[in-house]
Amino acid sequence: MKPAPFEYVRPTSINEACAALATDESVIIAGGQTLIPMLAMRLARPAVLIDIARIPGLAGIREEADAVVIGATTRQVEAERSTTVARGVPLLARALPFVGHAPTRNRGTLGGSVANADPAAEIPLVLVTLGGSVVVRDAAQTHEIAAQNFVLGPMMTALASGALVIALRFPVWDGGRIGVGFHEISTRASDFAFAAAAAQVVLDAAGRCTRCAIGVGAATPRPVRLDAVASKLVGSTLAETHIQAAVADAVDALDIMVDSHASADYRRRAAKALATRALTDARDAARGAPA
Amino acid sequence: MKVELNVNGARASVEVEPRTTLVDCLRDNLGLTGTHTGCEHGICGACTVLLDGEPVRSCLMLAVQADGFAITTIEAVAPAPGELSIVQDAFCETHGLQCGFCTPGMILTAEALLRRIPNPTRADIVSAISANICRCTGYGQIVEAIALAAKRMAGSNVPRETAPGEPA
Repeated sequence: MKPAPFEYVRPTSINEACAALATDESVIIAGGQTLIPMLAMRLARPAVLIDIARIPGLAGIREEADAVVIGATTRQVEAERSTTVARGVPLLARALPFVGHAPTRNRGTLGGSVANADPAAEIPLVLVTLGGSVVVRDAAQTHEIAAQNFVLGPMMTALASGALVIALRFPVWDGGRIGVGFHEISTRASDFAFAAAAAQVVLDAAGRCTRCAIGVGAATPRPVRLDAVASKLVGSTLAETHIQAAVADAVDALDIMVDSHASADYRRRAAKALATRALTDARDAARGAPA
Repeated sequence: MKVELNVNGARASVEVEPRTTLVDCLRDNLGLTGTHTGCEHGICGACTVLLDGEPVRSCLMLAVQADGFAITTIEAVAPAPGELSIVQDAFCETHGLQCGFCTPGMILTAEALLRRIPNPTRADIVSAISANICRCTGYGQIVEAIALAAKRMAGSNVPRETAPGEPA
């Protein structure tokens, strides 16, 4: 269980990192909480490891007019303890304690989780659910890719070879009473989930839903935003039976994964139950939230 | 590659291959064998060390990534040779260990928890050690040990601002 030999470089700028990426068989390391096990098991055998963890400007949490922008190498623990995240992106704050466990969150980064694109990963699920985007540096150009177009499938992203994830943009919702819900199920706490669901809703003064986002992950090859559910629920008072029916229709239409741990039927049932729970949690929290 | 590490308050210069994990470097280059090598892929928590006071898995970090951090291993937890820290003592008293393989990781996880949350709930304790596997105790006595240590620290008159390994 020892990695095969590789070369280690630590570029001091984003441009230098991209230049190093241009060589074949090089791979980015930030927190390394997924990559190092893959190296140890020799599932990955890169020739060069490019450590971006200390590049100035790649870490940090910044508030913009309509978004919280989190640098790619920001450690998960920093976002978990950030008041900016708690205030602006409460759904992310709710989901972060489910990511790995505390010691891996102390090293693991947000950008790394999205670039790795594990179907069970919570951070890409939240980013897709909120309609966020991935800020990418590609051949000296910075551009944004919508999260739902970025994550293509298990461990597959739209990131071009030689490109680098530099930040994640999480939309901030304002106006009305906001509530969030996040649920997942796995064999044991902090293990890979079989199914996960994330929800964020806004209620007006009369308790009607004015905005709704719901996504499911882990059961599907990549996180999916259920826009059909959101459009059915906006305008309603989010009665549980109404939520259940909308979720059931949408989840029935999804492509569900199977493995030795859980059948597709089980994952589909779990996804429906968890999405319903996430939405009712979000609704209940919004009902109690200040306007 | 040459790396300058800060381990238990002392500077150490080591020559390692880039693929050397921090746990192998601590054990093989620095002789600090209190940090145990378990699964070597981030599952078991036996190799837990503190990095700037926070628990991390030293098998999920390369030695060449570890410069510039204050690294604390189990060797620096006791206040003096032949003595035990409050947490170590509580583990002995409540039989919080049997074979001892997971114990260094459990102790460091507990030390970090109690520094961040001096009065942890049972849920805080369970959540903190959920990242560390113990195959002997069934965890019950470990939870008891950490709760006992918290109670004793609260009643202790020793200042607790300093991290283990740092001079008081």
